[in-house]
Amino acid sequence: MKLELRGVTKRFGSFTANDRISLTVEPGEIHALLGENGAGKSTLMNTIYGLYSPDEGEILLDDQGVSFNGPGDAVDAGIGMVHQHFMLIPVFTVTESVALGYEPTRAAGIMDMAQARAKVLEISARFGFDVDPDARIEDLPVGAQQRVEIIKALSRDAKVLILDEPTAVLTPQETDELITIMGQLRDSGTSIVFITHKLREVRAVADRITVIRRGAVVGETSPQSTETELAGLMVGREVNLTTAKEPADPGEVCFEVRGLTVLNSADKVVVDHVDFQMRRGEILVIAGVDGNGQSELAQTVLGLRTPVAGSILLDDKDLAPLSVKQRLAAGLGFVPEDRSTDGVIGAFTITENYVLDMYDRPPYAGGPGNVALRLPVMREAAQTQAERFDVRMGGVDDPISTLSGGNQQKVVLAREMSRDLRLFVASQPTRGLDVGSIEFVHRTIIEERDKGTPCLIVSTELDEALNLADRIAVMYRGRIVGIVPASTSRDVLGLMMAGVPADEAQAQAATHHTVLAEADEQAEAEENK
Amino acid sequence: MSEQTVSTAAVQTDPLKRASTGVRPISWKYPITYAVLAALSVLFALTVPEGARTHFRLSSGGDFFQIPIVELPSRPAGWISAVVLVVLAGFAFWQASRRAQARLWLPLLFGVLFVFAFLVWAGADRGAVIPLVTMLTGALALSVPLIFGAMCGLVGERSGVINIAIEAQLLAGAFLAAVAASVFTSAYMGLVFAPIAGALVGALLVFFSVKYQVNQIIVGVVLNVLIIGLTGFLFSTALTQNPELWNARQQLPRLPIPGLSQIPIIGPVLFNQTILVYLMYLIVGLLNIFLFRSRWGLRTRAVGEHPKAADTVGIKVNRMRVYNVILAGAIAGLGGAFFTIGQGLAFGKEMSAGAGFIALAAMILGRWHPIGALLAALLFGFSTSLGNVLATIGTPVPSEALLMLPYVITIFAVAGFVGRVRPPAANGTPYVK
Repeated sequence: MKLELRGVTKRFGSFTANDRISLTVEPGEIHALLGENGAGKSTLMNTIYGLYSPDEGEILLDDQGVSFNGPGDAVDAGIGMVHQHFMLIPVFTVTESVALGYEPTRAAGIMDMAQARAKVLEISARFGFDVDPDARIEDLPVGAQQRVEIIKALSRDAKVLILDEPTAVLTPQETDELITIMGQLRDSGTSIVFITHKLREVRAVADRITVIRRGAVVGETSPQSTETELAGLMVGREVNLTTAKEPADPGEVCFEVRGLTVLNSADKVVVDHVDFQMRRGEILVIAGVDGNGQSELAQTVLGLRTPVAGSILLDDKDLAPLSVKQRLAAGLGFVPEDRSTDGVIGAFTITENYVLDMYDRPPYAGGPGNVALRLPVMREAAQTQAERFDVRMGGVDDPISTLSGGNQQKVVLAREMSRDLRLFVASQPTRGLDVGSIEFVHRTIIEERDKGTPCLIVSTELDEALNLADRIAVMYRGRIVGIVPASTSRDVLGLMMAGVPADEAQAQAATHHTVLAEADEQAEAEENK
Repeated sequence: MSEQTVSTAAVQTDPLKRASTGVRPISWKYPITYAVLAALSVLFALTVPEGARTHFRLSSGGDFFQIPIVELPSRPAGWISAVVLVVLAGFAFWQASRRAQARLWLPLLFGVLFVFAFLVWAGADRGAVIPLVTMLTGALALSVPLIFGAMCGLVGERSGVINIAIEAQLLAGAFLAAVAASVFTSAYMGLVFAPIAGALVGALLVFFSVKYQVNQIIVGVVLNVLIIGLTGFLFSTALTQNPELWNARQQLPRLPIPGLSQIPIIGPVLFNQTILVYLMYLIVGLLNIFLFRSRWGLRTRAVGEHPKAADTVGIKVNRMRVYNVILAGAIAGLGGAFFTIGQGLAFGKEMSAGAGFIALAAMILGRWHPIGALLAALLFGFSTSLGNVLATIGTPVPSEALLMLPYVITIFAVAGFVGRVRPPAANGTPYVK
């Protein structure tokens, strides 16, 4: 089916998320929609899927104008969508998830589970998916969950399939499988809209590429364009895809985690006997697919979670008996993974957010027992730091929620790095940021490293890990599969992210290249030309 | 640096082979609870006087089979049950040490035996007979509003709306049932109007919590106060001035089911009841099927777990919630009718007396599952009934202590003693697109 957008505009208040976007997806075509975080890709797709209604413009399917009152209408018209955050219910089985909304029923609304199950099996057989229809969603790895989402769309006869950042949660090998699936679907006549901000993938799979920036289409191009061209189009200026950094000059061991084991609230082991050491002046990135215990590990280091076993030693001092506040005082800097809920308080001003963990001590507090806040001192310090960290803002008295994600993150970094650090921990420091902010955050972290601070970075983005790390520790199901040098190939890391030990991964990767790794080599060859 | 990389990597590959279950701490709380109760039963057996006897009555006046009063030698009976309880407690320890999954039969068997041991001790040489059937009938009667209330709560919460106003719905149902039955001089008319009263309260709850996204707990609390005040006001004005018209007693007749009601002990307890109790069996049974096997149930659970996911497959989330909360209100309203026409009583101020809150606890203890909530409500009803019976026959423990039992159980239940309870993920969260 042919999907065409003509001048689609969507506004939220005074903010124009989509500005007169026109685009055509031909039948049997993989059309990539490339744009930075916040460029308006997801808004556009939610508009096509009927979750939002456009303020202007029209959507045409096979040259017929359509308007949707909700996702139900879009699905009936043959549009299927795999959301970036899966729309699956963790406690449901695969069959229940696929049937939901389109349940085959017998008398009195009792579900015909046999028929629903047969449909799941039929579709998974058709595309060679290995999905157990009776498995619970929460027990499945993300790759399998994504296949369930695809089965869901196909079970409703989707002729246009929208994939919103489908590779964000996958290992390179899983991405490879997804690319194969996309090829199969295209060959069977499905039109695919592939939304991403990853240049490499776009070039590997797309037939055509539309680039959007700040809500507007800035160009349509072919996958033959080089990565640098695409990046320039996407960001609107020349960008350095990798951050230049000197090789690490590691000093003595100063941070050590031994046999650390952590349970979650449901008493499941989420961090399982983790051991590692860090030296002064090095960046260790904890890589792995989201949800393999990395976040919990970082939280445990800060003291938000209490381990059931193991120890955390900073400068030979056990952190276990210390409260979060004492740990911060001991020289720990921490950037939490969810900026909006854990990093800043949206309704507080930039100044207030800047002093969140220092307000009760000089120079920001004074008087007997430090009861009085010295507001002018705070404002001045916030002002100075904001300038140093290049925070784009109206003024330090504005609520921090008025800033963009990238600028909020800069405030968080400014706060955490304003103290003398003995250890810097950051969880997903660039999640959801635009390219410019990502560059800035990376540069700042490397500067901190060069000052001699060991930096422990949790990242699910393999690109970020490869770019930033001196060493990479890969976590899988709560365990560290291996710690490898940053020069390790993408394929090996991908296998390790699926739980294959390092040496075995080396051997396997030597015999099988993923599409992305090949694209990587090709890009390198082009650069060298 | 590279040297260290290699050595750490070597250490790291080994945990993959290590069993991860070894680190999970064993939960001893159940075995310890069993052990304490078993020790108590030993204490009971030790303190029974030599040669004492305990009498149980296993039938009541109108039963088809009249069973003679059973007389048990207290001490041997106490010792036998104590020994079995100790063995069961030991078994629980053994199971826990093997990290075996807990099974439902153990607490059930343990509970029944412990109650038996307690009754043997409490009734030893009291000269009074322990009226078992009366006690069970009382237990069911006390449970009926709780069961209706718990079903109401779980239908609402399964679809994502917290309902603190069950108390108000029970009370409204009791009130309107009494008034309607009185005005039409027919108890069955009360059954028609009671669900309407509950549904109206449900409609108010859902109107504020879904349409205006007011905090659901606050709306619930306010509704409780509103209905208590409203029914109290009407009671002390209209109902008191002209009780013959507005508040005359009407009772639903008992409809013994032929055959089933003649089974000894359980027959008269379960199958010599009013239509309201039979409706309750039906509602629990239907909910148990429909919640897990029907289109309605699947959508209801989806809306309560992940409303956005439900929305993306074309389910009208808020409409679903509105319907379900009103339906749930009707169920609770019906349950409220038990206070008045179900027992042949006139309406009295605040006669639901906190049953709605206990129903809420039963729902949590029953883990949002119809059968679980049913069992929990029965447990609460039984412990109250036990307290009542013991108060009349006189026991070594003050009966007030026993009447506290449901509330003590509630606190433990809500504090998560029964294991990790997982409420519907979107419970209490308004859905805004």
